[in-house]
Amino acid sequence: MATEVRIPTIMRNLTDGAKAVEASGATLAELIDDLDRRHPGLGEKLVDGGKLRRFVNVYLNDEDVRFLGGIEAQVADGDTVTVLPAVAGGMR
Amino acid sequence: MLRINREIRDRIVAHARRDHPDEACGIVAGPIGSDRPERMVEMANAERSPTFYRFDSKEQLRVWREMDDRDEEPVVIYHSHTATEAYPSRTDVSYASEPGAHYVLVSTRDAETAEFRSYRIVDGEVTEEPVEVVEFTGEPAR
Repeated sequence: MATEVRIPTIMRNLTDGAKAVEASGATLAELIDDLDRRHPGLGEKLVDGGKLRRFVNVYLNDEDVRFLGGIEAQVADGDTVTVLPAVAGGMR
Repeated sequence: MLRINREIRDRIVAHARRDHPDEACGIVAGPIGSDRPERMVEMANAERSPTFYRFDSKEQLRVWREMDDRDEEPVVIYHSHTATEAYPSRTDVSYASEPGAHYVLVSTRDAETAEFRSYRIVDGEVTEEPVEVVEFTGEPAR
């Protein structure tokens, strides 16, 4: 089962410039493991200590996975995963 | 250097004033590789906070897809500081992930004068750059 994963500009140095790559897994965690096997280094850009990094947004189809159980979210055939850098900041 | 249209500059400042005392945020998109900020998009601050901002993740996905469809990129990423100077904070720097973008900061701490400053943030390093306000950004309107 292959899922399309859309990669933001900032991480395309790890995918030979590809905007979208494929990976497989029944959950987001498995999918990210597979992604990291295919594109070493990508995993740690997304996950730290078993949790999604706060600097990235990961979407399953149109939904932020933080509202779908985070890294344990179920991934189905034909789903699309999109990664975007979170845009945030503050006064301090 | 950031070259920006006067009207867009004024609209960014107006957005910051309107949302004060909360931080305002948004982008100005432009054709990929052009370095021309042309299409301003006000974003909701999901934090609705005077000291923090975060793009609403769902809105961000929609806006980023729209840019993809139009072969655009975020040329400017702006936000306001409401009580401090228009200089990137440590938090701003830790989140900055677009080495090609101009990070614009507006301070609304003074009701009369608007501080409007622009920075490059690459690998945690902040470099201020001059801002040139122009009447037109070079290409005729389409």
